[in-house]
Amino acid sequence: MAGMTVSAAAPARAGVGLKAQHYEDILGQRPDIGWFEVHAENYMGAGGPPHHYLEAIRRDYPISLHGVGLSIGADRPLDESHLQRLKVLNDRYEPGLVSEHLAWSSHGGVFFNDLLPLPYTGEAVAHVSEHIDRVQSVLGRRILLENPSTYVSFEVSEMSELDFLQAVSLRTGCYLLLDVNNVLVSATNQNFSAEDYIDAFPMEAVREIHLAGHARDRDDAGNVLLIDAHDRAVDDKVWSLYARSIARAGMTPTLIEWDNDVPAWKTLFAEARTAERIMVTQYALQAEMAHAAAG
Amino acid sequence: MPQLADLQADFAAALADPSLPAPAGLKRQTVLAQSRRFDVYRNNRMVSLIEAMEAAFPVVQRLVGNDFFKAVAKSYIRRFPPRTPVLLLYGESFGDFLEDFEPAAGVPYLGDVARLEWVRLAAYHAADAEPLSIARVAELPQELLPELRFALHPSLHLLNSRWPAASLWAVTSGADPSRAVDMKAGEAVAVLRPMLSVEVRVLLPDGYAFLFALAAGNSLSVAAERALTIDDQFDLARHLQGLFALGAVAAIHLPDSFSQQA
Repeated sequence: MAGMTVSAAAPARAGVGLKAQHYEDILGQRPDIGWFEVHAENYMGAGGPPHHYLEAIRRDYPISLHGVGLSIGADRPLDESHLQRLKVLNDRYEPGLVSEHLAWSSHGGVFFNDLLPLPYTGEAVAHVSEHIDRVQSVLGRRILLENPSTYVSFEVSEMSELDFLQAVSLRTGCYLLLDVNNVLVSATNQNFSAEDYIDAFPMEAVREIHLAGHARDRDDAGNVLLIDAHDRAVDDKVWSLYARSIARAGMTPTLIEWDNDVPAWKTLFAEARTAERIMVTQYALQAEMAHAAAG
Repeated sequence: MPQLADLQADFAAALADPSLPAPAGLKRQTVLAQSRRFDVYRNNRMVSLIEAMEAAFPVVQRLVGNDFFKAVAKSYIRRFPPRTPVLLLYGESFGDFLEDFEPAAGVPYLGDVARLEWVRLAAYHAADAEPLSIARVAELPQELLPELRFALHPSLHLLNSRWPAASLWAVTSGADPSRAVDMKAGEAVAVLRPMLSVEVRVLLPDGYAFLFALAAGNSLSVAAERALTIDDQFDLARHLQGLFALGAVAAIHLPDSFSQQA
């Protein structure tokens, strides 16, 4: 991209999901924030204001490209024209990170606009891995794969979600995006321990962390069902799991996702500051503990 | 036998049709069927697509009210689900759908208001191009003028409505709340985005015929003739000025004869 003045790499700081409502605030105030993430599909128009603003913001900040429509988990071959659109954005904006979801979202030519769950089987590992190989070879870079929020699971599953992610990462060399809110949502809905999941997550492959707010509902049995709504501030339990994640992963680019009921810029920026304070504090504590252990 | 294909086919069918039970193969984490859990996916899909349509058609939504809009959007999504993961231009056929939507039969102009909202969206996301100044025409040998053809701006869309679609849009959106709306007068409309903001212009019939002919690739002289059949007072110089002032011209194509000489 012409006129880029900032390095592409997303720093180990907090960033936020870029929303059109905040374009003017960001360009007017040039806030001290590490980076921005965009949903790739929102920038797949030919031209117009979205590209105008993203180019202006990219001049001053690294960005991350987060796909929500590639349907990596589908049993069908990838949509090559969609992959080409992603490549065009990757070439144009030189994002520091490119990520997608462990999910499927299209079937029979219809796009469902939701991240649908996969059975954790060897067959699905093979499909997902094949698709990630293809994405990585077209883009010429490694991508990050995000752990999902789930509301159901499948009888045919043969392995845990962690084993599934680990297997795909090993087969394809892809990195992982640890979404801490998704961990709490899935752990609550599927009745496993979020702490154990974080403690066992393959942190050596993690290149980005996501944080977001969730909604509460109930299932048919009256059990709490958490919904990955991205419509409010990060929950206290998620902050605590985030600190636990940083303690293991070290300083890691961390994103605040707030996609619905989007707040004023000031509020979103404050969430990013909180994440950054927790990250720096945890890192210092770990360094101190390592020092004490060595001494 | 690969399971993933069957599993996704069942899941997708149940997602699209709420009268179907939740797909087989879901784990029963409770003694009850997981319909509420599966419904989260149905709900996520429908709510997010309705929201996409609300963002694309805010004026139709305001005209018919939130509840009616949600109901008609839901019918539209069931009938014409998105076929691409890029939702920026989802709803291209919503105007046609509204026109045939029985409960909206008493509001016959809704379809054209929806079409206008969609072309505004299309103009918003269209390719960028630097509008040319009319000075470029003045630099050319005057005898070439009749044979010039223009590449119009990629964001330009034309809409010929039996209804005052642009005025209804302007009044309802708040862009021009005090504008008078004559329900008996149709409006021919040009929509384009020369720079960052989308503009909506109501054209007189001769001006519309002129622009329509140019957009179809006709030469300036043919376009002027078409306009003259609508109004024998058609003023070419004034319309040429207006065309460039609007930012509607992206390139000028010289006649082949001139290119060969040069």
